Amino acid sequence: MTTPIIRAERVEKYYAQPSENRIQVISPTDLAICAGEIVALLGPSGSGKSTLLRMLTGLSAPSAGQVYWHEKPIASANVNVSIVFQSFALFPWLTVFENVEAPLRAKGMDTAERRRRSQRILDTVGLDGFQSAYPKELSGGMRQRVGFARALVVEPEVLFMDEPFSALDVLTSENLRSELLELWHKKTLPTQAIFIVTHNIEEAVLLADRIIVLGRNPGHIRTDFHVGLVHPRDRKAAAFTQLVDYIYKVLTQPDAQPPALPRTADGRKVRDQREMHYQMLPHARPGGIAGLLEILLDHAGKDDIYRLADDLSFEIDDLLPIVDAAQLLGFLLVTEGDVAITASGTEYADSEILHQKELFRTAAVEHVLLLRQIVRAIEAKSDGTVSEEFFHDMLDEQFSEDETLRQLETAINWGRYAELFDFDASRRRFTLPQRLTHDAEQDRTTGIDA
Amino acid sequence: MILVPNGFTHTRETLARSLVVRRSWPVVLDLSVAAVGLACFYGVVLLARYWFGHPEPEIVISQSPRALPLYAFYSVVRIGLAYLLSLVFAVGYGYVAAYNPRIEALMIAALDILQSIPVLSFLPGVMLAMVALFPTRQIGVEMGAILLIFTGQVWNMAFSFYSSIKSIPKELSEAAGVYQFSALQRLIQLELPFAAIGLVWNSMVSVAGGWFFLMACEMFVLGTRDFRLPGLGSYLQTAASRDNGTAMAWGLATMVLIIVATDQLIWRPVIAWSDRFKFEQVESKSHVRSPLLHMLQQSHALKLLHRHTTGSWTERIYARLAKRRLDAVERASTETAPATSSTSTWLSILLVVIGSALVLYSAVHAVGLLRTVQRAQFRQILIGASATFLRVNLSLLLASVWTIPVGVAIGFNPRLARIAQPLAQIAASVPATALFPVLLLALIDVGGGMGIGSIALMLLGTQWYILFNVIAGAMAIPSDLKEVSDLFHFKTVQRWRTVILPGIFPFLLTGLVTASGGAWNASIVAEYFHLKGQTMQTVGLGAEISSASDHGQFQLLLLATIVMALMVVTINRLVWRPLFRIAETRYRLQG
Repeated sequence: MTTPIIRAERVEKYYAQPSENRIQVISPTDLAICAGEIVALLGPSGSGKSTLLRMLTGLSAPSAGQVYWHEKPIASANVNVSIVFQSFALFPWLTVFENVEAPLRAKGMDTAERRRRSQRILDTVGLDGFQSAYPKELSGGMRQRVGFARALVVEPEVLFMDEPFSALDVLTSENLRSELLELWHKKTLPTQAIFIVTHNIEEAVLLADRIIVLGRNPGHIRTDFHVGLVHPRDRKAAAFTQLVDYIYKVLTQPDAQPPALPRTADGRKVRDQREMHYQMLPHARPGGIAGLLEILLDHAGKDDIYRLADDLSFEIDDLLPIVDAAQLLGFLLVTEGDVAITASGTEYADSEILHQKELFRTAAVEHVLLLRQIVRAIEAKSDGTVSEEFFHDMLDEQFSEDETLRQLETAINWGRYAELFDFDASRRRFTLPQRLTHDAEQDRTTGIDA
Repeated sequence: MILVPNGFTHTRETLARSLVVRRSWPVVLDLSVAAVGLACFYGVVLLARYWFGHPEPEIVISQSPRALPLYAFYSVVRIGLAYLLSLVFAVGYGYVAAYNPRIEALMIAALDILQSIPVLSFLPGVMLAMVALFPTRQIGVEMGAILLIFTGQVWNMAFSFYSSIKSIPKELSEAAGVYQFSALQRLIQLELPFAAIGLVWNSMVSVAGGWFFLMACEMFVLGTRDFRLPGLGSYLQTAASRDNGTAMAWGLATMVLIIVATDQLIWRPVIAWSDRFKFEQVESKSHVRSPLLHMLQQSHALKLLHRHTTGSWTERIYARLAKRRLDAVERASTETAPATSSTSTWLSILLVVIGSALVLYSAVHAVGLLRTVQRAQFRQILIGASATFLRVNLSLLLASVWTIPVGVAIGFNPRLARIAQPLAQIAASVPATALFPVLLLALIDVGGGMGIGSIALMLLGTQWYILFNVIAGAMAIPSDLKEVSDLFHFKTVQRWRTVILPGIFPFLLTGLVTASGGAWNASIVAEYFHLKGQTMQTVGLGAEISSASDHGQFQLLLLATIVMALMVVTINRLVWRPLFRIAETRYRLQG
């Protein structure tokens, strides 16, 4: 292999907390992007895929470690990269032509040259005749074509893509993917390498020469391998499905060897999520968990996650939180990419709604520390209410601000469903479940009346 | 004021546009563009001659209608300059605050406090300073007036720009980053367009507020020194003092004419133009249209002008910026260690030290000034504060009592809205301070006094904020909710309690907050007034401020201003903010 275009050396990302802990998002990671390859980065949500992409492009500086562009530190190099964004990130007040031309303007290119180059790239991506349209007049697929045109017009050495097809429908994304591959294989593009972040496993296997799978808590590389299949790749081929299955297994298996814990410069220990106080609640709704269990029962209580996702046409980011949540509550067991329903899971799926809530309540108090603490705190207080802030501060020690809010949201969602507690959104307080206070009030008023 | 697009004007404008013969316009327009250019030139000459002339020893405000065009011109120029100044300052302030995390919190807190300081408290200080700066030129007094209007207009615009920058979607600013936009290009292609709509709406509110204070500024007398300025405000005031009915009518008619003209010739085209900055993924159906904008966009002369001036300048600037960035990269990669210049850090530390020393020094002196306030005066200010507090809330209550039912009726009935809204908009645009002398004269005739008069002025100035917000709120209530209440035969009380009031609550709140701020500010004009050579006043904080500035008692002025700012900030924190939180969580219609 030649010298890499971009090389990351022990880059990591963490957020300092006011207390002595810090929240590790990505543990020290080495990674190189070389000429001539399409690299796909896969991983569950929260594994820091997008963060890693932004560090590699120089948009965000790593907390430690260094990124090199042709062996020069990236901060002081004239980096020539582009990003295709998930949300397209087009300027809605500029026409298609002005959007594509904007990066050339930033380079200080003269008008005639700008016009020539923009026109040529618009032809290449099939946007002829749309020059003076505004993005909002276009369909999603056409808008992403503008995104591609804007990224390619600067003739980037490395083209980065952050889930470029996930906001599009299946047919449109299939179409765009195959056109991209065609451009790449015909060498129409001056681009040397493509780096694509995705959560769609099939997409990765369809496109990539090399696949990197990230694990989470904190983000780290679990596997990095070359794909030997020849283009065009056939989704139905045995080698293809085996590869997809393999990646599913990697994603659903807990890490065989947890990565070594890093230490901060002053010798303090960095806390790993796994040895933390609170487990990370997967962001799944109780209704989703019940739905998954019922479908599993129909499949004789056991199925391959890959097939399940395929049947439901779910993507990995949608399905994994539900599987994780069901596993956390003891309704499911995951082994080697297969899920099997447990006895309590079967009982849950078979029950009617009130009994379901009861089973969920028991399982939640038993398995989820946060919910258990909230219930105890409410019971201990004489007025039966506890401020959300109290738990916010405790979670804050362990999670980033955004994640803390999501954790609380999930906990509130589960607690309300299980009738463990109620939540007063305007006062931001947990309260005793409505049922109990209601009864008590009724007793009181009847007492007075009598 | 607050425009709510309505169907009637749409059809009328499309009609007007279909009558326009396409090809005759550009030539006619080119001629008119030239005419406008010449007129601007003449206006500048006129202003220069007037500004740099010696101040009139005795200001005589003419009562002839013939003087009105010139007076109106002076007033419009004052507002216009103050507005431009506000715009530049707002963009600069918002930009610096948004991109400097170290001073961001400080700058925003400062904005919050400055916003609640009554503008007219600055009046004597600013006037004296400006006159001292240009003792022999008319421009001193003019600058004073412009600066004052500026302080009344700028804060909400600065806040709007700041919060717009803060809410730019992350991926858009990342796109600007990865394609290495220069700060200039980012400002032009990302930040200004993203902030445009907020800035336009806030500009309209600011300019309306500017008229309100201009009327007061043009009639300023400090003790024996006369700072009156020739303009619409002083014209109306003088007419009222002399009981000159015809002059008052002429003045008011001119006022309304200017307001309608600004609306049609400036705000409508600007709103129609800003439509393309809407941050939306799908095109919305309703648009504000402006034939004037359409014509301007067709003008060949303007296109040529753009290509040869701004167009080629920006090209050159972009090219130079790009080169400078490349050079910087080159230098960074050749130099081994980036040398942090210690002199510049020392310099900035020195500047901070000097700045804080200055602030501390003046703060200590101001506190020293406060020590001379006597106990009786202090008590009087507190009594005044509670009187004004009651007055402000009474005016809010009165305004709500009539605006809520009327606003809901208009909002629920599209046909009524078509007739009522344009009328209400014109009524709302007339600055209450212009009407005040007229109103006060009428009140005195029927035996009322300053007490009622001040409440009436507050009401006049602030009820519109509530009305327009209630209309918007009533329109936003989804029709299926109304259908449900029809379906279950809700009684009137239940309908109001379960559908209408919760539905308009967030909008009503916005209206009330704006109105409350406006009423506090208006109290300064409302509670103390010169009419027919005598001073009329009532007990109140506003009266304290006005009379202190009239008699040059700066310690009282300072104390009363601090009390007012404190009250406004406290009410915002303790009453409005919690209510807003409830509105956001419980009474939000969309998820």
